[in-house]
Amino acid sequence: MHQSFADLSPERLRALLHQMMLIRAFEEAAEQLYLQGLIHGTMHLSVGQEASAVGACAALRPTDYILSTHRGHGHCIAKGARVELMMAEFFGKETGYCRGRGGSMHMADVETGNLGANGIVAGGVPMAAGVGLSIQMQRQDRIVLVFFGDGATNEGAFHESLNLAAIWNLPVIYFCENNQYAMSMAITRASKVEKLSDRACAYGIPGVTVDGNDLLAVYCATKEAVERARSGGGPTLIEAQTYRWKGHSKSDKQRYRTKEEVKAWQERDPIARLAQKMLEASLLTENDLQQLQARVDEEIAAAIEFAKASPEPDPATIFEGVYA
Amino acid sequence: MSRELTYAEAVREAIDLAMARDERVFLVGEDVGVYGGAFGVTDGLYQKYGPERVRDTPISEAVIAGVATGAALTGMRPIAEIQFMDFITLSMEQLVLQAAKLRFMLGGKVQVPFVLRTPAGAGTGAAAQHSESLENWFVHVPGLKVVMPSTPADAKGLLLASIEDPNPVIFVEHKLLYRTKGAVPEGYYTIPLSRTEVKRTGCDLTIVATSLMVVRALEAAERLAKEGVEVEVVDPRTLKPLDAEPIIRSVCKTGRVLIVHEACKTGGFGGELAAVIAESEAFDYLDAPIRRLAGLDIPVPYNRELERRMVPQVEDIVDAARRLVKEAR
Repeated sequence: MHQSFADLSPERLRALLHQMMLIRAFEEAAEQLYLQGLIHGTMHLSVGQEASAVGACAALRPTDYILSTHRGHGHCIAKGARVELMMAEFFGKETGYCRGRGGSMHMADVETGNLGANGIVAGGVPMAAGVGLSIQMQRQDRIVLVFFGDGATNEGAFHESLNLAAIWNLPVIYFCENNQYAMSMAITRASKVEKLSDRACAYGIPGVTVDGNDLLAVYCATKEAVERARSGGGPTLIEAQTYRWKGHSKSDKQRYRTKEEVKAWQERDPIARLAQKMLEASLLTENDLQQLQARVDEEIAAAIEFAKASPEPDPATIFEGVYA
Repeated sequence: MSRELTYAEAVREAIDLAMARDERVFLVGEDVGVYGGAFGVTDGLYQKYGPERVRDTPISEAVIAGVATGAALTGMRPIAEIQFMDFITLSMEQLVLQAAKLRFMLGGKVQVPFVLRTPAGAGTGAAAQHSESLENWFVHVPGLKVVMPSTPADAKGLLLASIEDPNPVIFVEHKLLYRTKGAVPEGYYTIPLSRTEVKRTGCDLTIVATSLMVVRALEAAERLAKEGVEVEVVDPRTLKPLDAEPIIRSVCKTGRVLIVHEACKTGGFGGELAAVIAESEAFDYLDAPIRRLAGLDIPVPYNRELERRMVPQVEDIVDAARRLVKEAR
């Protein structure tokens, strides 16, 4: 095993690289489908942020929970969801994960522990404390990881949740994907702390900032936090510094950043970086990489076919799910 | 067997029975532990069940609602307390945008079974930020249930039913009811949600009232009976989902209806009740316009007399009822 790949086997590394490529392909397909007028509504794409989703979830067990964000397609795939059921949801079809009721912003797969994306910035953060408490009170061998963006750290609910998880020693990992902008508001304009993980000291919990475009760095930081949470050591705040290559949503003219800035971050492409590292370590060949890309393309094409062929929800079922 | 309990004791007994019966049930809120709750409702439960199941929180209403939602989503049965209903304003996002909608948004694949108890209402001299009656905000939100009991026996049975219910329930307790007494059956029993109850029968006029106003309406009915006016008092008990049928049936019988609630009149639950009645077959039986008697459209004042005037009193109900029985369409 190569020293710089932590405890990840070559097979596992290839699987994680595959996941990252699958996320990117899903996002690019989502954008194309939208441009073709096949999708109703908006979406928030996570192209460029694949390492934070995959690195974080790689440190979790299938039984662990995640709570996700409006930019949540990547988290969903990284936690083990099936892309055809995601695509069907994106199309608003009955076969989708949420029977077409949730769409992109509420993608969830309860069976793989994904309790759902969220349309509200910091919306999942208070709930994470409740999930953590539930795990603790039921003496379960689980943890919960809640994803949120840099924008969420300025919501009041963020403070309430971290403080409560800290005093109750809850098995919660607060995972901040700092992609530098809350819509148009740069984090440098929105916060005076140098690193968002510095805020952890306000709650008496560990905080760590990592290169969010380095899968291994994200994985190792999350693994350490997971071990702490699992052994009763309480919550951790992780900040993964990353960047979204696309606009906030579909109507973003991106006046708040320069093309040069975007290009500079694109040169730190998390997928290319991992692939390059694996090629150099002879854990991957160019041929393997081409095969992986072909497999990903097939998976996405099949997902789109499945979604297109799936039935629309029956309007007669419109009231279903309001009450249990 | 039943014995006299106060409303607060009945609520406490329900919580105690639920916690003894189901280890997934726990209490969470501000000062619910050693202090026993701001109104003493949870007194003694901390000593009996300990700090893990009777959990004091910091003053963090958003995360109290978040804890209830997240824990309910993953197998627990939380009973959260928001110390004054006014403070629920700080919990709104988690209640309205998360708890209420999660099941629907996720295609019916999850449940969010929690109860959020909260003391509401004026009459304690606590002024505008500790006296609100905000129940109708929640009536407007699909996915939430809203329960508002008026008697100790109802409080116990409805709270136990709310705890068993697989949905998020906003359980509104009026502060002035806490010390009222009534016969309460012993042991575990539930009163099904969404069952309107006729609290007093009469043939001249229907009063539909909620929470404390049920008590005042019954007192008004006794006074009116001495004048030969027989009032039927109907208590929805669960505001959402509403069991409208008994209300409609009563109005068909009496031909006159007075709706009484404490919350501000404009946008209050009375408007919904009036519309439900007007849209029903009872419309054809009305001998007079539907009338509402509700809180004045002002913040709750501090001054004792101003506060009293803001909220319907027994004499106000008597006056309104007297006028209504003389009215013709």
